[in-house]
Amino acid sequence: MAERQHAVELRNVVKRYGEFTAVKKMDLTVPENSFVTFLGPSGCGKTTTLRMIAGLTDITEGDLVIRDRRVNDLPIHKRNLGLVFQNYALFPHKTIFDNIAFGLKYRNVNKADIAQKVKSALDLVQLPHVADRYPNQLSGGQQQRIALARAIVIEPDVLLLDEPLSALDANLREEMRVELKRIQRELGVATIFVTHDQSEALAMSDKLVVMKDGIVEQEGQPEDVYNNPSSAFVADFLGHSNIFAGTLAEPSGETAPVQLEGGTTLKTTIHQIERVNRQQNIRAVIRAEKIMVSTNQNPTSNDSTSIPGRIKTVDYLGQMARYFITAEGQDWQVINPIDQHPFGEGADIFMHIPARNCVLLPGHHD
Amino acid sequence: MTNGWSLIRIATILVYLFLFAPVAVVILLAFNANQFGSFPIEGFSLRWFDSLLHNDAIVRAFKTSLLLGILTSAISTTIGTMAAVAMVRYDFPGKKAISSLLIAPILIPEVVLAVALLLFLQFLALPKSFGLLLMGHVVFTLPFVLLVVQARLVSIRRDVEEAAMSLGATPIQTFFEITLPLMLPAVMAGMLFSFTISFDDITGTLFWKPGGVETVPTQIFAMLRNSISPEINALGAVMVIFTVAMPLVATAIARRVSAARIKASKAK
Repeated sequence: MAERQHAVELRNVVKRYGEFTAVKKMDLTVPENSFVTFLGPSGCGKTTTLRMIAGLTDITEGDLVIRDRRVNDLPIHKRNLGLVFQNYALFPHKTIFDNIAFGLKYRNVNKADIAQKVKSALDLVQLPHVADRYPNQLSGGQQQRIALARAIVIEPDVLLLDEPLSALDANLREEMRVELKRIQRELGVATIFVTHDQSEALAMSDKLVVMKDGIVEQEGQPEDVYNNPSSAFVADFLGHSNIFAGTLAEPSGETAPVQLEGGTTLKTTIHQIERVNRQQNIRAVIRAEKIMVSTNQNPTSNDSTSIPGRIKTVDYLGQMARYFITAEGQDWQVINPIDQHPFGEGADIFMHIPARNCVLLPGHHD
Repeated sequence: MTNGWSLIRIATILVYLFLFAPVAVVILLAFNANQFGSFPIEGFSLRWFDSLLHNDAIVRAFKTSLLLGILTSAISTTIGTMAAVAMVRYDFPGKKAISSLLIAPILIPEVVLAVALLLFLQFLALPKSFGLLLMGHVVFTLPFVLLVVQARLVSIRRDVEEAAMSLGATPIQTFFEITLPLMLPAVMAGMLFSFTISFDDITGTLFWKPGGVETVPTQIFAMLRNSISPEINALGAVMVIFTVAMPLVATAIARRVSAARIKASKAK
């Protein structure tokens, strides 16, 4: 038997609510053992997609395949999925033990095995002593760990996480993020994680799926999506980007000049020109943290461009500062590490932009 | 300022006296040894309670009321709970209309409802029966169950049920394992409501009851037409104690149960 590659496959999946199409022709694979994140603003269809996979929402068109079986018409309780919700959704009238044992009761597991499995699930989430308590006696973070334990104890085919960290406060969220990833690695269960938080998405995913208006805008490894956004939306949604319309001139050697709308000229690489099929009208995307601000006019390397500008506003972030800069009539934003003191407002500076950090997108649509 | 407040205080006390004094009088007179109810009470006695127990008509009426109340609350609670689940958890055409229809009996004057049901029965050429009486009481108590259970169900998060189903419970198992236990306080409250309302009801019951069947309220009503016997005071006292004590006992039991549960979990 051939090794199975995909835990979940979506083939042309569509979800319509009356006139409104929430998910449009979605094609997606979730490889076994991988951690896949659906990232997007609210209303992008990420939760709807998760609910379709879970069986909580009907699929209008297309096929949903879990472990080589088409499951469109299989009700949720027969799908063998682990589901974790934003608000934990523990059973308030049952003890932690009974919460975790709940799924095992429907799987013909005998009592001794149930006790043993619950215990190892509690150990896995590092809460070994809470079995006799009730959910309301635990903190939010602990409740979410129990919710996770309850979902994984049944050894699900796929683990579905619907913004599981959003209800936790900031410090706990980061701690749980590491914890969640550790548990997922340890179990090797294919996991789909829905979030609107880009740092969670970048930190945890093997594969990142950026969604907008019911469409997959881009999918790939987090680093690749981050560095090479395929649309202005992705560029802007992940981090902060400067996006300008412009025209491309003939390349010379390894770089080519890009004339931006306001009159500024940047350099970009041959590789980027290939990406837009040598189209003339393009948009240039320069990430805010990939521009270096200094008082020194000399370019950092010979393929980088220096643009004189003036700092309008400084947003002090501790180890970083975000500068709002006016340069040659255009507004830019730059995020730089702070070397002792940030630059002051009104300071005259130079922005250094290496050619490889000028990412090109096709000009017109979207 | 102080004068204004004390006036309000006095007025409030008087209003409550006016409301509750008759009830207190009935209960006091029930223990009166004298045949004729008058103050001051002449001697303490339980003879009227004793004669109640030996009054066949009253015992029969009490049994009828009890049976009617139990059946009404059982049927009302079942239907009302199911209706509440449908209203809160599902969407279907005509949902709003059905919801108003189910609530209507508490908005329509009881006499109108009583006459309407009776006329409908006549239209169908069916005789009055205990079944009809029961049906009337169910229609009349259903809104209370529906409203109480609905209010509770709204606050039970859907994702708790979804979690149960994702773990392998069928929708029916989910209902009995998760939803019902979580809304049980409201279901019990609805059951109590419908029982006491049915037990106390007189307007509808007078219209619907078949000949020869009496409930406690209609029995009292019939007895009052003849004379004011001290037995009625005793019966009134029993009714008052019964309908007041039952919710109190139920609440106390509910408290005890949940306290025991929390204690058990803390002890470990």
